[in-house]
Amino acid sequence: MAKQTPLYEKHIESNAKMVDFGGWDMPLHYGSQLEEHKQVRTDAGMFDVSHMTVVDIKGANVRDFLSRLVANDVGKLKIKGKALYTCMLNESGGVIDDLIIYYLDDDWFRLVVNAATREKDLAWLQSQAEAMDDVTVTERGDLAMIAVQGPNAREKVYAAMGEDIREATRELKPFHAVLIGELMIASTGYTGEDGFEIIIPAKAAPFTWQMLLEAGVAPIGLGARDTLRLEAGMNLYGSDMDETTTPLESGLAWTVAWEPADRDFIGRAALEKQKGNVPRKLVGLVLQGKGVLRAHQKVICEQGEGEITSGSFSPTLGQSIALARVPAGTGDMVDVDIRGKAVPAKVVKYPFVRNGKSCL
Amino acid sequence: MSNIPGELKYSKSHEWVRINDDGSVTIGITEHAQDLMGDMVYVELPESGASLNQGDDCAVVESVKAASDVYAPIGGEVLEVNDALADAPETINSDPYGEGWIFRMNPSDGAEVDALMDANAYEELVASED
Repeated sequence: MAKQTPLYEKHIESNAKMVDFGGWDMPLHYGSQLEEHKQVRTDAGMFDVSHMTVVDIKGANVRDFLSRLVANDVGKLKIKGKALYTCMLNESGGVIDDLIIYYLDDDWFRLVVNAATREKDLAWLQSQAEAMDDVTVTERGDLAMIAVQGPNAREKVYAAMGEDIREATRELKPFHAVLIGELMIASTGYTGEDGFEIIIPAKAAPFTWQMLLEAGVAPIGLGARDTLRLEAGMNLYGSDMDETTTPLESGLAWTVAWEPADRDFIGRAALEKQKGNVPRKLVGLVLQGKGVLRAHQKVICEQGEGEITSGSFSPTLGQSIALARVPAGTGDMVDVDIRGKAVPAKVVKYPFVRNGKSCL
Repeated sequence: MSNIPGELKYSKSHEWVRINDDGSVTIGITEHAQDLMGDMVYVELPESGASLNQGDDCAVVESVKAASDVYAPIGGEVLEVNDALADAPETINSDPYGEGWIFRMNPSDGAEVDALMDANAYEELVASED
């Protein structure tokens, strides 16, 4: 039996097509994935992301704990509310999960990790915390999470949730969060658009969702969430990276903090070893011929073979795009094997789309 | 419940078949099939003049989510393909039994046409899959 979020009934009311996603019964779309995608790029849409795992890490040694746990450096979090995107690695440098860490207080950091990796993440966090004095790991199953994204997202959130929210977020810079009583509002997201991710007590979630609906925020399913994040060039755990790939091979070198040099994070030794000679890299592809790029299609390049890790039709660009892991040194053009035909694709820097506009 | 026109024949792989007055047949995918796939973004059509056996994968329809093969519900020669789908694949969503047709063929074996499901049998198949 799949788990249901506190917003399950709201999805049914909006005629969602529900699917199993990582053990959760989640909305795939509410009618048309393309319309929902466009809604987020041009106006405002909301996603139920309550299936994601919120974990509070508390205690006097929380900074030392996180400093060892993740590849990015929590030392960068100097102002309360600031957020950090990072990977949590195993000893061989493979990615256990990617996550956002919010600095909420000197002895309190909040982690948001993926839904599909919940159990292994919690087990890993607990086992690492056992080795440390005065650090507690608490999953916050009592919370729900709603992401409101799009150029009109902020205004519609204010219309739905009140002017005191406008006041509280007036100074909120990108990738920061603010606590307002039991609410946490963060200027983070997974679409490449402006907006908020709102963490809210589960009991209050259906009412807030309804207020957002009435303010003209359309519900958006997981289908559009995937095409939006792909256009934004954001990695998806389990597709673009996993425990067999390092951040350096996954387009995530920017999330690895090498300084200070004496910070001994888990996986550091393995990454140091790979650093000067990374065999593979993640690139963006734009299909030049006909068809649609899909995950696991073979990429043929002069240097050897690669593989598409995420691929789809891009509704904003009107052509097919992908992320692919290819040999280092791959040039500007590759071929992709689409059902036995070699179709040319251009290698590009991503993101593909940011704030509703093509970056190509 | 999805729309299943009574005058058409159906295959287990969710193609519909219309028998035309000249003996040729027109083929597309059912409303149920397009609904499962979602918004269409690309169609790979068969080649006009191609000779197909029953069950051959002869076309591909791709939605935002996934690619799906279209199988020849019967054997025969492809007479005409719906080129308009190249620029407007979403027609399969909006009018699956009309403007969203995929190709027309000349059946090689009338018995294969007779053995296709009628609307009632197809309705039962759809119900059993839900």
